[in-house]
Amino acid sequence: MRITPDEVRQVATLARLSFSAEELDELTQHFDTILTYVDKLGELQTDSVEPTAHAVAVSAPLRDDVVTNTPSAAQTDALLANAPSRKTYFFRVPKIIE
Amino acid sequence: MSHHALTIHQARQKLRTREVSAVELAQSVLARVRQTDERLHSYLTVCAEEALAQAEAADRMLANGATPPPLCGIPVALKDVILAQGVRSTAGSKILEQFIAPYDATVTQRLKEAGAVIIGKVNCDEFAMGSSNENSAFTPCRNPWDTDRVPGGSSGGSAVSVAADLACAALGTDTGGSIRLPAAFCGIVGLKPTYGRVSRFGVVAYASSLDQVGPCTKDVRDCAILLDVIAGHDPRDSTSVNRPTPSYTAHLERGVSGLRIGIPQEYFIEGMQPEVETAVREAIAHLQSLGAEVVPISLPHTEYAVATYYIIAMAEASSNLARYDGVRYGYRASEVEDLGALYQTTRAQGFGSEVKRRIALGTYVLSAGYYDAYYLKAQKVRTLIRQDFLNAFEACDTIATPVAPTTAFRLGEKLADPLTMYLSDIFTIAVNLAGLPGLSVPCGFDQHGLPIGLQLIGPPFEEEVLLRAGYAYEQDHDWRTRKPPL
Repeated sequence: MRITPDEVRQVATLARLSFSAEELDELTQHFDTILTYVDKLGELQTDSVEPTAHAVAVSAPLRDDVVTNTPSAAQTDALLANAPSRKTYFFRVPKIIE
Repeated sequence: MSHHALTIHQARQKLRTREVSAVELAQSVLARVRQTDERLHSYLTVCAEEALAQAEAADRMLANGATPPPLCGIPVALKDVILAQGVRSTAGSKILEQFIAPYDATVTQRLKEAGAVIIGKVNCDEFAMGSSNENSAFTPCRNPWDTDRVPGGSSGGSAVSVAADLACAALGTDTGGSIRLPAAFCGIVGLKPTYGRVSRFGVVAYASSLDQVGPCTKDVRDCAILLDVIAGHDPRDSTSVNRPTPSYTAHLERGVSGLRIGIPQEYFIEGMQPEVETAVREAIAHLQSLGAEVVPISLPHTEYAVATYYIIAMAEASSNLARYDGVRYGYRASEVEDLGALYQTTRAQGFGSEVKRRIALGTYVLSAGYYDAYYLKAQKVRTLIRQDFLNAFEACDTIATPVAPTTAFRLGEKLADPLTMYLSDIFTIAVNLAGLPGLSVPCGFDQHGLPIGLQLIGPPFEEEVLLRAGYAYEQDHDWRTRKPPL
């Protein structure tokens, strides 16, 4: 195996995910299959190749630093309506600081 | 012919001559949805009331005598990753099951301005991750040609709604083949535009350097009509390209005389379903008989495309999906002690297994110690793949290939092994990596009556060439007149 369940568990923690022992075994198996497959990229010599992040080269467009999207009260309400828990204009979360 | 079976251009004609009203057309489509969608599961949300109100507004515009906007009264479906204000938008995920879009995506806004009637939101793989639609957190959508088979993914609902006459046309998104594969499996026309041609504002992100919105339609002319409406620069999407948009309908009938069609040897591989190869070769021969010239070409890095794609797409997905944390919107796990547990439990419960797999793998390839070996390596190979296409387009104007090595497979057939599923996209994925436009056009049926798709790939921003070639082919064939047995 190219990767152990413990390493996959560590990745899951980084990704803010959790898995049962059974799921972890299956995921480790899938990691192994996929990582073995993508290893074929190692066949290519790429030392002098530039990486591509975006296929179409665009520079970050800039605009004047002014507010362009002041929401109406109705828009603010529509945005906040999706909050799982809120109090007036705040999102409620479990206590962070003792 | 029933109203619901009309193409955009046919419906437009009948609406303008008042042979049919927009309300009648919407009612016909909604009735069809009620009658058949129990078996197909293409819609996740039907907006009957809003659609009828939009249709009434369209009828008023049609009645006042002025030239109506291009999609006035046309019933359209939206993939459920595309936001429509006030309408539930789940992206096929439990984590967004209750999410009501607070604004319109730019493409939705453009459809509305063009007078379209939005029938509803259609099924897809969760967060557009999948090739079969089986990763929908709700229920898999079925192929109308054989309901034991998949419609292809991830825009399965978009393709099915069009193929089964549950919408005149639909929008999908394509990150690695997610419009073209279901279009081929369901026997409709699907286009992935050049990266940057269509705005992604208000579209739920999967892999931002690859995602693109595009049309799913009953024929090539409809595809051009829809692209005319959605294409163009949008300041709200910083990757949207600011260059003029041609009229895609204006030159459809120009023909293919003198057009150079490249045939890449790497796309006709062993293990392909023989009927697929035969149908695609016959389609190419037909274009040749119409005056096109066939040029053998090579895309030498084709075999590396799937590996490159999955590293890049998973890395981008892991970053994009970090936002689903149960704090500001979406599902939140209950009875958790602290914020860390809130994030972890919310995500563990809210995401499906394929999404979690891709987030985990994406996190891995971006993590310290593996970044260079996987992510940077894949970005470099992406350069080689793109260069292959740019070199090939020195010798040809378009490239013709199959959309997929097989016709639609059975539900469950590829679920156990993610890698086998990923390989369904072997012929579509490189197009996204290179940012090119790709068109899927029906080119026949196999012995089981399942549709086969021809893929036409073009240089950046040359959608017009693909539509012209697709149209020329389509005019001489009647595949589109065949309807699924429902």
